Amino acid sequence: MGRVGSGSGELMDLIRTEGQRMTAAQPSETTVGNMVRRVLKIIREEYGRLHGRSEESDQQESLHKLLTSGGLSEDFSTPYPLLRANVIEAINELLIELEGTTDNIAMQALEHIHSNEVIMTIGYSRTVEAFLKEAARKRKFQVIVAECAPFCQGHEMAVRLSKENIETTVMSDAAIFAVMSRVNKVIIGTKTILANGALIAVSGTHTLALAAKHHSTPLIVCAPMFKLSPQDNKMVPVFLTLLYSRLIQFPNEEDSFHKFVSPQEVLPFTEGEILAKINVHCPVFDYVPPELITLFISNIGGNAPSYIYRLMSELYHPDDYEL
Amino acid sequence: MAERAAPGGAGPEAAAPVPAGAQVPELSREEKLQLRKEKKQQKKKKKSEKGPGAEPPEPGTPSEPGQPQAVHPTSLPALADGPGGTEKPAGGKSKAELRAERRAKQEAERAQKQAKKAEQSQAATPAKPRLTPTEPQSVVKRLPEHVQVDDPAAQKKLAKKLERQQVPLRQDYGTKVNLFSHLHQYSRKKPLTQQMSIPSTVIHPAVVRLGLQYSQGIINGSNARCIALLEVFKQLIRDYSTPPNDELSRDLVAKLKPHISFLNQCRPLSASMGNAIKFLKKEISCLPDTLREEEAKEKLQDTIDKYLREKILLAAEAISKSAFEKINNNDVILVYGCSSLVNRTLCDAHVEKGRAFRVIVVDSRPRLEGRDTLRRLVRKGIHCTYVMINAISYVLPEVTKVLLGAHALLANGSVMSRVGTSQIALVSKAYNVPVLVCCETYKFCERVQTDSFVSNELDDPDDLIVLRKGQAQLSGWAENKSLRLLNLVYDVTPPDLVDMVITDLGMIPCTSVPVVLRVKNVDQ
Repeated sequence: MGRVGSGSGELMDLIRTEGQRMTAAQPSETTVGNMVRRVLKIIREEYGRLHGRSEESDQQESLHKLLTSGGLSEDFSTPYPLLRANVIEAINELLIELEGTTDNIAMQALEHIHSNEVIMTIGYSRTVEAFLKEAARKRKFQVIVAECAPFCQGHEMAVRLSKENIETTVMSDAAIFAVMSRVNKVIIGTKTILANGALIAVSGTHTLALAAKHHSTPLIVCAPMFKLSPQDNKMVPVFLTLLYSRLIQFPNEEDSFHKFVSPQEVLPFTEGEILAKINVHCPVFDYVPPELITLFISNIGGNAPSYIYRLMSELYHPDDYEL
Repeated sequence: MAERAAPGGAGPEAAAPVPAGAQVPELSREEKLQLRKEKKQQKKKKKSEKGPGAEPPEPGTPSEPGQPQAVHPTSLPALADGPGGTEKPAGGKSKAELRAERRAKQEAERAQKQAKKAEQSQAATPAKPRLTPTEPQSVVKRLPEHVQVDDPAAQKKLAKKLERQQVPLRQDYGTKVNLFSHLHQYSRKKPLTQQMSIPSTVIHPAVVRLGLQYSQGIINGSNARCIALLEVFKQLIRDYSTPPNDELSRDLVAKLKPHISFLNQCRPLSASMGNAIKFLKKEISCLPDTLREEEAKEKLQDTIDKYLREKILLAAEAISKSAFEKINNNDVILVYGCSSLVNRTLCDAHVEKGRAFRVIVVDSRPRLEGRDTLRRLVRKGIHCTYVMINAISYVLPEVTKVLLGAHALLANGSVMSRVGTSQIALVSKAYNVPVLVCCETYKFCERVQTDSFVSNELDDPDDLIVLRKGQAQLSGWAENKSLRLLNLVYDVTPPDLVDMVITDLGMIPCTSVPVVLRVKNVDQ
């Protein structure tokens, strides 16, 4: 963490550079960037506390302040020797919080699952696995798992759930709409939660969400808050409220979240000559718009998709949205 | 039944002389038994005359113990020989005469009834115009057996029927998902032929081969299965010879029944096959009695050829021409799985008419039929993209239309097709992409269905097991009581997700299917 006694401004720049390097290595792993932003926010908070400012004021800059001060009000140049220890302590707290997220989510399971339910899920999510296992300790229900070709992570999920004596059925992705009419709830995990409440989840989730909407089946997303990511890659309405004086920047590149893997998973090389004459795509992720989602269950409780943007403002500082 | 063929060795009634001396004690016992049978049959005939007795009166008479099974004389798989026959009790000529008398009486009564009906209808026609061509007497249809697997009474009845016809009963495999416990689930590794003696004396070998091809998935697709079925029936008719004192129109239908049961046990009949069989049975029973056997067989084969040509081959041409009008230059067309009709349409449009378009082929596990489509299209030089069904949200923004095939079109406008079709229609609707279904009219069904559960087919669940990174996660599923595998074959697309159906009669909306059915019934 650099030289002792240096200003926190330099510290933040250091962390920011390292964060940029890490996110550039694997852009689809958004949690890396999220954690960097959390740490930056911790530094800001600790600095603010030591600087003598109270917590409530200047959580966000008021319009009046902006007009009167004209420019960046936060300097971060004053060195505080206690800053380092405080920040490390806060990061330890963050670590403890992260380790407890799965249990926090699983504890809410009994509030959402009743007996004799038929629950559908897709692919393999550790959060959903813990959620369902916790509910299975007290309630009896059935689970249908869509296998999520071509990687078939659903198979592993089904085997693990069935070991807990949950009656599990594995089926192909093509049968999602066919059996949806008998499903009571759809519970899924996700890779990333976007600021508008949308999801970037495993490929096939959009179909699942559309089928659930068609049958008016609630779609519940179990995801911890560290997956909430301020970058958004689809057309998103730009938020401008009286409280925020900064526009939240969303790069408007479509489909920039897409990640592809070797098409060998879809069409193996053994297929021979036709491979040269065709295109094969194997996208890993899907975008699910917020209208299709009913509820987010995270370690801080249940939320509607329309509330996600507020949660984000509590986790990250607007200056850090762009790393 | 072999037992009935045995008495008196009269099964091969053609020429086997009855050694009178050796058979005298058997005959007297026989005579008593046959008198009993006659009485029973008379009672049944009286009942059947009252009701729409389509079935020949064939009570499940208790098997006669001690009668030797005379299977060996029938070494030829010719249909004339008895063991598969059902309502022909064996016996001397006196039996045949009695039966002929009874039949004459039946026909006389039938003629009387029809005359009465004609009078009544003539009196009634000025009163009300002819509303329906066929009376709705078949409104309450008998539920097919293959959706009653959870009903032990129905299964017992089926077992008895199969035993009578000497067709083996196929056993279900693996624990079924609760929602589908009313359907059969077979394993491909245990084909029906393992329970039969080969060469089979009851089932024609061509039918045995066809049944194996169905159950192993070698012949797939409703058109292919129907064409194969009709070709095999042509062969059956060629090899058939009417037994003496019997009529082709009645006997041939009876001979076909065990074969149809066998094929049903190998793999449940598709809607196209069901319609073809109905048509064939009707043609056979409408044969005039005046024709000689050779002429009748010729006529039947010609009718089958005509059906194949008109309903399947020419219909495909007509559909291809209609659909071509909907394909524009620079179109991006999405297809799913392998439909012979859609493939033909695309190939015609590209090769003969030279339209420039791209195709996106969507495929799904475990059948992976899209790879066949891919090969066929690529061979014709069409530019293709290939994705799995979970990636349709990624490709749909650039798609201009979706072309789907159908297994059957139901009377409420729903489309029954390969599982996954309804999903594609749903997501296409969300992206506002038009969905076109291509289907010949011979696949139209009078059934109605609203979901994919009540009438479906369960394929071998072991197909879902896949080897990834050297490990098959699901390989131990049979021992795990909590784990079930579901391999559905069909699903039902609701009519509001389909924009248009292209048939050989033109382009119609989904909801016009009952109109077409009614027009077809009027024609016939």
